[in-house]
Amino acid sequence: MVIPEPGFYEAVEKAAAETYLKALTDVPADVRAALDSARRRETHPIGSRVLELVALNIQAADEHRILVCQDTGTPVYWAFIGSKLGVDGARLEDAIRRGVEAATRDHSLRSSICHPLSRENPQTNTGYRVPVVHFEFVAGADYLDLVMLPKGSGSENQSFLKMLSPADGVAGIKRFILESVVEAGPKGCPPYIVGVGLGGSADLCMVLAKRALLRPIGSRNEDPAVAALEAELLEAVNRLGIGPQGLGGMVTALAVHIEHAYTHISQNPVAVNIQCWRGLRAAARIYPDGRTEALAQWQLPGG
Amino acid sequence: MATTWRLTTPLTEADVRKLRAGDLVFLDGRVIGVRDATLIRVFDHGIEPPIDLTGAAVLHTAPNVRREGDRYVPLSVGTTTSARMDRFTRGLLEGYGVRAIIGKGGLYLPESLDALRTFGGCYLAIVGGAAAWQTLHTEAIEAVYWEDLMPEALWVFRVKDLGPLFVAIDSHGESLYARVGAEARARLGQILTGTG
Ligand code: SF4
Repeated sequence: MVIPEPGFYEAVEKAAAETYLKALTDVPADVRAALDSARRRETHPIGSRVLELVALNIQAADEHRILVCQDTGTPVYWAFIGSKLGVDGARLEDAIRRGVEAATRDHSLRSSICHPLSRENPQTNTGYRVPVVHFEFVAGADYLDLVMLPKGSGSENQSFLKMLSPADGVAGIKRFILESVVEAGPKGCPPYIVGVGLGGSADLCMVLAKRALLRPIGSRNEDPAVAALEAELLEAVNRLGIGPQGLGGMVTALAVHIEHAYTHISQNPVAVNIQCWRGLRAAARIYPDGRTEALAQWQLPGG
Repeated sequence: MATTWRLTTPLTEADVRKLRAGDLVFLDGRVIGVRDATLIRVFDHGIEPPIDLTGAAVLHTAPNVRREGDRYVPLSVGTTTSARMDRFTRGLLEGYGVRAIIGKGGLYLPESLDALRTFGGCYLAIVGGAAAWQTLHTEAIEAVYWEDLMPEALWVFRVKDLGPLFVAIDSHGESLYARVGAEARARLGQILTGTG
């Protein structure tokens, strides 16, 4: 077990702030590549014009170091904690929160977070139970991987959960996912990355749909049956004709990612969490001595 | 065949009536930024907007700004999902003479589409998420009202060459969203029955 040095939690705070800003300003390489290929494929006159503007937008964000999209999102973090790292979880969570507040203050980020009833906005992008932080553990590692996902609201509002019956089978699963994409239509800024959770309990199922958005485009689920379903669904989604911004076209989704878990014998839960074309995320690895590396292309452990 | 138009605000009824779904628009002049809280104040709390909206192009937004002395500098001006503000469309057109709604994701309420037809209005789709590009077309923030609603204040932006915007719903009852949505549902049916 490695006990982190005193500078570790400051490094986490800094990484939380930096990954937030990076995620908002720098479209990941895999998403860029997928958007480029979408642009080459798209033949619809409006759809291809939209994708051209998306490319201009990414270029503008790069050149002027400004936000890709104005929505600073809900700050969501995934902390993958190495099993050999003797980390203080409460301090870790606190450091992540301070990082969000620092980034918001230092870069004049719009605060998008408010109380659910009074709608009071503390202007910090944080609040009770926000940022959302998920913890997972990586066997054998002595470092922390921090993955940041600023989840845009237009796409987050397109979230769907259904407790299907086992008798609904795979056909029911496919139907629900495709219906969800049709329901989302233009509202979450297609072309989408469709995150799907399969199995588990209702809560786990939705978390898995969100976790699926952490995966780089082009990656496949390690279970061949699930991977085959990903490919089949991507092909089906792109036959719907919704297109970029839902104004028509061939490219409705850049990817369909499914994360699964075993479930109860009498359940068949499916969750859909839509990600907008900006596909934003950023990751950093923090070592026990506080040394930090930005991870350009982060992979789920074992994925 | 799609036509490309260049329009300057304030917009007239004739400006809007000539637009057809699928056309492209480049816009110069002023764009008024509003959002959930701004419109709730006008329509649910009955407080008159602080400026004249006759002929206005209204944008569904809430920008990132930096305060410099007594003015605001735009850091990121983007567009939010219009569906949440759908129910205010009729009031904006009928009550205040708004001519164009700029947003993303479309309007769906029959009364909104009816208002666009009856009063001569259009819905212009901007590329959602393309805030960096949109910010570069926003020359300045000319005025801000209702700062207590920050960031959902009422913003007056000066824009130059803002476009292409896509005429997604015109004043003649044609909606690209309705067309694309109906087609998607039909294709979904084919896929599910294995006839696609
Ligand atoms: S849905 Fe995504 S890309 Fe579109 S405006 Fe919202 S955050 Fe930005």
